[in-house]
Amino acid sequence: MHSKNHLLFFAFSLLVVFLFLADLAWGSVAIPAKDIFSVLCGQQSSSIYTEIIVNFRLPKAITAILAGASLSVAGLMMQTLFRNPLADPYILGVSSGASLGTALVVMASGFLPFSFVGNGWALIISAIVGAALVLLIVLFVSFRVNDIVSLLIVGIMFGTIAAALVSIIQNFSNPDAIKLFLMWTFGSLSAVTWNYLQILLPVVLVGIGIAFFLQKRLDGLLLGENYARGLGIPISQTRSLIILATGLLAGGITAFTGPIAFVGVAVPHIARGIFQTSSHKILLPACMLVGAALLMICDIITQIPDYTLPVNTISALFGAPVIIWIILRRK
Amino acid sequence: MSVLSTQHLSIGYRRKGTANVIQHDLNLKLESGKLVGLIGPNGSGKTTLLRTIAGLLKPIDGNILIDDKEFLLLSQREKALNVSFVLTEKVDIPNADVFDMVSFGRFPYNNWRGNLSKQDRTKVFQALQMVRMEKMMHRYINELSDGERQRVMIAKALAQDTPIILLDEPTAHLDVPNRVGIMLLLHKLAHTTGKMILLSTHELDLALQAADLIWLMSENGGIECGVPEDLVFSGSFNRTFASDYYFFNEANGNFSLNYPLTGKVSVSGNKMRVYWTLRALARAGYEAVENAPLKIEVTDSAWILNQKEIFSVAEMLDELNNLNGNTSL
Repeated sequence: MHSKNHLLFFAFSLLVVFLFLADLAWGSVAIPAKDIFSVLCGQQSSSIYTEIIVNFRLPKAITAILAGASLSVAGLMMQTLFRNPLADPYILGVSSGASLGTALVVMASGFLPFSFVGNGWALIISAIVGAALVLLIVLFVSFRVNDIVSLLIVGIMFGTIAAALVSIIQNFSNPDAIKLFLMWTFGSLSAVTWNYLQILLPVVLVGIGIAFFLQKRLDGLLLGENYARGLGIPISQTRSLIILATGLLAGGITAFTGPIAFVGVAVPHIARGIFQTSSHKILLPACMLVGAALLMICDIITQIPDYTLPVNTISALFGAPVIIWIILRRK
Repeated sequence: MSVLSTQHLSIGYRRKGTANVIQHDLNLKLESGKLVGLIGPNGSGKTTLLRTIAGLLKPIDGNILIDDKEFLLLSQREKALNVSFVLTEKVDIPNADVFDMVSFGRFPYNNWRGNLSKQDRTKVFQALQMVRMEKMMHRYINELSDGERQRVMIAKALAQDTPIILLDEPTAHLDVPNRVGIMLLLHKLAHTTGKMILLSTHELDLALQAADLIWLMSENGGIECGVPEDLVFSGSFNRTFASDYYFFNEANGNFSLNYPLTGKVSVSGNKMRVYWTLRALARAGYEAVENAPLKIEVTDSAWILNQKEIFSVAEMLDELNNLNGNTSL
């Protein structure tokens, strides 16, 4: 049974590496594999290829890996915490909270005496705070309403409230800031530059580190809170750490890429299906690999010649049917 | 030999600053190797007491001691080393098999990654053997019957290796063979492993047979403790479950319905058949008394009523009604 998992992990690692190279090669300018390797190895190659790969496609591909892994791990933790198969940062309004935080920074900076825009830290911190805040409220609500669909509706309502607040802020903002923000809401992996990656990477690593630290406690939470407590798991501390980690992962990614829909809800289900387990020791790395692969596939699809589609639309095409399938299967 | 004791324990729920006390000043004692049945009407606080001793609910007042340690001051993990429990909530984990589920019991012992050591595996397997589920250890949880599932949850508690095991209505939702099976299993476990096992139940007759001690909770009159038979003799059951509609039948350890008894009849004969005859007569509204004008002689195969031999209870009741109709004319 364990060797089967090793094999699966090996296969998915290979897939991720392959997709990473494909993501570098594919785009409006096709770059031959030979040139990709020479650029990656630091050898002299065409300066245009070097420019495209190093400054554009490489950070974008790395962002796709980080975003896919982070959103999937965040989704997995939320599904375990809420004991709800439909929990995910996007659906439960956590991404909307991050949007609101971002909107405040991007558009309200016009009123402030100093400029925030372009300051990656301000962006990411406000998005993380916004994400964690919504997560706290939803968690509080989930103690009162316990059925899946009600919680879903509550999450959508939070999204609506956040969107309304964002609209109000937009009304008072200058057109340049609004344009910047609208671009952000489409969700784009290519907006993340090397400068932003320097901020995003440590934030994501801390979030994923916390998730791995919690793997046994997450398993315990599958039994429900009472049984978990009976096994010696400190519940409130664990819950706070999950919210912190989810805030870092979902908030951090959303701050720079914009909201990316449905990856967080779909990937944990795919990982459970493939690896046939509920153990977080296996599911956490599995979600990272599957999530990274899925988002790179989405990114490759968006790069159709002459057009660049928002990655959000492609991920929604993948993810939304998964949700319908989950709801149908529960009946 | 461990002992769990409560000192002036008040249990209940706190809501918006005010305490809703369900039971107060409880001084209870639970000893090793004993199966204790917690019995009482709905609302008397059985679940509340179990949740309080489990550490899931803070007491309103008072102390819980395990030997001489104050239970409430222990850390979450230390509590998990002392008390394990089986709750009424149903646990469903996709893709988890029986072995995985019982392995959860080793959480307080294994490392932060949850890896099982050789000793952990042995304990899990022993727990599975104790509940006779070792042959099904690779079955998925959601494929099990309710009775098997309950055995797995008990095995999980056993794998946790605590001196105290609490069970909240472990026989609810089970059919009769499973109910009896679980009770017998718990009785045997208490005696062979030396654990203290406290279970709440509504199965009065089963609890009276299997439990070494009964904690009888009444709705606000505290808890009476004793060997089941002593509580029967002292009339405690009838006091606790006092009602106009039924009474605790000390002859058989069951609740009997209070029928309006209008007729009188004398019954004698084969003992086992007399017992069932009396039940039928009570339902039909007849009280059994000595020397009534109507007499029924119960033989090994028939009933003799008014010198007539009758071969079924239905005909006997018809005949009785006819006679009674005649006599009342």
